[in-house]
Amino acid sequence: MKSAVLIIMTAVFVNNYVLQQFLGICPFLGVSKKLNQATGMSIAVIFVMCLATAVTWPIQYYLLTPASGAYDLGFMQTVVFILVIAALVQLVEIVLKRYIPSLHKSLGVYLPLITTNCAVLGVCIANIDAEYTFGEAMLNSFGSGLGFFLAMVLFSGVRSRIEGNDVTESFNGLPITLIAAAIVSMSFFGFTGVVENLFG
Amino acid sequence: MNTILIAVISVAVLGLVCGIMLAVASKVMAVKEDERFPAIRECLPGANCGACGYAGCDGYAKALASGSETRINLCVPGASATVSALSDVLGVESEEKERQVAVVRCRGTKDAAEYKAEYEGILSCAAAKMYYGGEGKCIYRCLGYGDCAKVCPEDAICLENGIAHVDPRVCIGCGLCRKECPNGIIQLVPVSRRVMVLCRNRDRGAATRKECKNGCIGCMKCVKTCEHDAIHVTGNLAEIDYDKCVGCGKCAEVCTTGCIVSADLSQIK
Repeated sequence: MKSAVLIIMTAVFVNNYVLQQFLGICPFLGVSKKLNQATGMSIAVIFVMCLATAVTWPIQYYLLTPASGAYDLGFMQTVVFILVIAALVQLVEIVLKRYIPSLHKSLGVYLPLITTNCAVLGVCIANIDAEYTFGEAMLNSFGSGLGFFLAMVLFSGVRSRIEGNDVTESFNGLPITLIAAAIVSMSFFGFTGVVENLFG
Repeated sequence: MNTILIAVISVAVLGLVCGIMLAVASKVMAVKEDERFPAIRECLPGANCGACGYAGCDGYAKALASGSETRINLCVPGASATVSALSDVLGVESEEKERQVAVVRCRGTKDAAEYKAEYEGILSCAAAKMYYGGEGKCIYRCLGYGDCAKVCPEDAICLENGIAHVDPRVCIGCGLCRKECPNGIIQLVPVSRRVMVLCRNRDRGAATRKECKNGCIGCMKCVKTCEHDAIHVTGNLAEIDYDKCVGCGKCAEVCTTGCIVSADLSQIK
């Protein structure tokens, strides 16, 4: 139980995928303009991260590097993971469209958008690198998704405040957004060590 | 050699399995789309302006295809061309719809209007409006921060000398700016009528005079001049009834403050 909380807290605050590891910056800057879009995107990311881990973890341990040690295909990890995640998300989209149209509508364009998002691939590979068990890997994926959600929601708030301000012309648009993102990211460095000291 | 062979085979098999799975899934779980939908969607201009009240052209086409929407003249940018194309596809009688353009009903430029305060808050009309109705003495005027320009899908609105202007050549008449304006001073005018009252001030004439040189003072001259009973003064403000107006422009000639303007909008395009 303690380790479960530790994994989730670490994934959300200390190893935040967007603000600490700089993965998934594209949706972070692209879809964070409005709060409802940011939440829609984040929920889709949480969903896909968990799903991708549930599939890639068995693939890694039963197909790429089997316990019998007959062969080692660890070097094919990236290729296979991308292939599987992309196919999986497409399949999920088809299934959702058929059976749960309301969910398909609310996830909308975000689902295909994140098919090959680096944060999704990153969390799958990080789970293998950290040698998590299946349960721990799922917890870590969920936590990472939550961290993405937190970053998106926080940053959409920051951006709405910037929108209303009179920004110097040369900084208007993307430059001021990047500066704001850097400041938000710096604030998250304050969490480094907090979780270890609390639970470790 | 052996490792490469295993790698190639396993990835190929994995790809094949994924491919077959997707192909089967897309066949088995295909959602039936109304076969009329692509044809209907083809008729719409694709501006996605939302003037019809649906979320973009796809939404309107879907509603038409499913039969939940029967009005085919909702598309403003497409005008009569869209209506006739839709009537061919759906087999419904078409009604003519004249092209409309948005007009900002204010001439309170910086040199004409009087100011009561200086506003240095958030640069948006909605915010400025909340602060004692804006910086001008006239609380009906164009606030001049361009909330309308921000929503315009065609970039037809520019801000000049403190007020917004709509370029009738570019305007598609979607009416998004009308919904956005906190003072509600944007009106859609049929292009053939060519006269408009460029003021929304409802104060008494003497009060209007003190607020803006170009405001409507409700002097009734236009009402007396109009031969078609198309212009009326209600609440100290002249309003044109476009169902009756023939666009002769006589009211504009006699207007004392110059707030009634005649311009041939149909010739501009």
